Amino acid sequence: MEPVHSIQGVAAPLPRAAIDTDQIVPKQFLKRVERSGYGPFLFYDWAHDVEGEPDPDFVLNRPEYLDARILVAGPSFGCGSSREHATWALQDRGFAAVIAPSFADIFRNNAYNVGLLPIELDQSAVDALLEIAERAGTVTVDLERQTVSSEGIEFSFDIEPHIKENLLSGIDPIGETLRSVAAIDAFEERRPAFRPALTD
Amino acid sequence: MFDKVWDTHVVSASNDGPSLLYVDLHLVHEVTSPQAFAGLEAAGRTVRRPDLTVATVDHGVPTADRLRGITDPLSKKQIDTLVDNCRRHGITLYGIDDPRQGIVHVVGPEQGLTQPGMTIVCGDSHTSTHGAFGALAFGIGTSEVEHVLATQTLSQQKPATMSITVDGKLARGVTAKDVILGIINQIGVNGGSGHVIEYWGPVIEALSMEGRMTICNMSIEGGARAGMIAPDDTTFAFVEGKTFAPKGAAWERALEEWAALPTDTGATFDREVEIDGSALSPHVTWGTNPGQSVSVTGAIPDPSEFDAAADRQAAEHALAYMDLEPGTPIVDVPLDRVFLGSCTNARIEDLRAAADMVVGKKVHPRVDAMVVPGSTLVKMQAEQEGLDRIFKDAGFDWRDAGCSMCLAMNPDILAPGERCASTSNRNFEGRQGRGGRTHLVSPEMAAAAAVAGHFVDVRTWG
Repeated sequence: MEPVHSIQGVAAPLPRAAIDTDQIVPKQFLKRVERSGYGPFLFYDWAHDVEGEPDPDFVLNRPEYLDARILVAGPSFGCGSSREHATWALQDRGFAAVIAPSFADIFRNNAYNVGLLPIELDQSAVDALLEIAERAGTVTVDLERQTVSSEGIEFSFDIEPHIKENLLSGIDPIGETLRSVAAIDAFEERRPAFRPALTD
Repeated sequence: MFDKVWDTHVVSASNDGPSLLYVDLHLVHEVTSPQAFAGLEAAGRTVRRPDLTVATVDHGVPTADRLRGITDPLSKKQIDTLVDNCRRHGITLYGIDDPRQGIVHVVGPEQGLTQPGMTIVCGDSHTSTHGAFGALAFGIGTSEVEHVLATQTLSQQKPATMSITVDGKLARGVTAKDVILGIINQIGVNGGSGHVIEYWGPVIEALSMEGRMTICNMSIEGGARAGMIAPDDTTFAFVEGKTFAPKGAAWERALEEWAALPTDTGATFDREVEIDGSALSPHVTWGTNPGQSVSVTGAIPDPSEFDAAADRQAAEHALAYMDLEPGTPIVDVPLDRVFLGSCTNARIEDLRAAADMVVGKKVHPRVDAMVVPGSTLVKMQAEQEGLDRIFKDAGFDWRDAGCSMCLAMNPDILAPGERCASTSNRNFEGRQGRGGRTHLVSPEMAAAAAVAGHFVDVRTWG
């Protein structure tokens, strides 16, 4: 994972509540075995008409949002399916952070794991940022200072210290866990023998 | 109970930080695993415990004409990739021709791989299903799948706990599906966010394992990471004798551990909710999230009835998408399709209950109805019991096992504008096909609605 420090870019508004991962990447695009290239499928059913032509009215199709880096959304963002494809599609389309009043648990974990920053702010802060996003304003996220700022306003956000550390250092979590392999070995020694195993 | 399972699986912990949690069983399917295996191999790593990993194909498999093979080239490649990955890493695969194939959350319990007190993960949000056995089971993303493959552990922040007590006794015709739809209606689609739910009370205790799985399955639809139900004699009777259940002395040792799992009386939870089970009636969703439901005796709500602006707006959006008028009685809503299937409601008991509703009856001429058993073994069992004949005689399509039209990744899909009564778990926009309109119901309601051509109160169906 690439380290995440600060993010600066155009914010795009998508104020709907409970945007589920079926909307973020519809299922017909989950058949690929690759990890990249999901950007064109982001919000596909909202971004395209039934013939598959881009809908010019959809917010992310408007020219001022083509280079957007920060998505400002409604509460319960990323609910539903556990598909990590949702985070891959957002990143592939250029987004580095999503700001919302709340996130679904699995989506938040997936986002941290791929280095997409899910930032939870209260509704009034999100409303203020939505207003800026409506004008395609520029927003800055500083992970080190845990702040979101734009046009003279600034909000602080919470993040677990260890997650922040992981994001700043771009840690490989598997490599990190494998350093505890002795503890895993020891745990396996004391596991109950009656637990099921698929031995031939 | 949650604390007991959590504490006995901590490999290492840090103050306030995440714990490294051991995973007893890792379930794998074709959609969320290829990138994990690719990542593993790119880093030169191996699967730590292939013997604690089991795979099946479910999301993309066709449910008709399987002899013709998989015609969708992308799905075929995805499934072939899983076959290759399992072969390379020594992982047991219940492939498309295997009688043990089926929806991953039906297969685990059916094989006896799902047992009380375990930690179970899968790259699928409905992994919460396995909590019905008193296991801690939750869905993970592909990066975490890779982490579990490589280390058999997951780094997790300890979630909060929530207790949901369902008191009273369910009326005839009111099912586990109606209980969970009623719960989500009450707590909201993010009511369980950040929590593991423990369900208890007389209604839960009286449920079969199938019913308990239906409830835990949809915990994620209430925003919770996992749902759990204390193991009891019903649980032990279900597990006993299954292929991977402990045998002999090991069974006795297991029973001792499992009997100690239930939460001690007087334990406290971060949040507690009470539901009057006696007051529950059959539910039907009218909107585009699983919390938007009403009693079958009710009507499509008017968005102005909702107090919160966000709920009003969501209801307006949903009614426009669903093409429904406020005030219309739910039983007057006509249907085009009926889907009986999914990890929520496609186990043998669900099929028996649905078949009971349609014996000697015919599917309404306007309705296209299908039954997709949760696993190939469920299908075979149903055929032994003659349930397939009942469904086929009534005019239902009798299919092979898979996720099918729950998420419509395979050829089973709604056409734009089609309205479907579905026993699945999500009524999101486009979930069953772009422009498709999904109403979530119990298997009993779905079966009766297929015959009537509209929703019916199954309490008076005869």
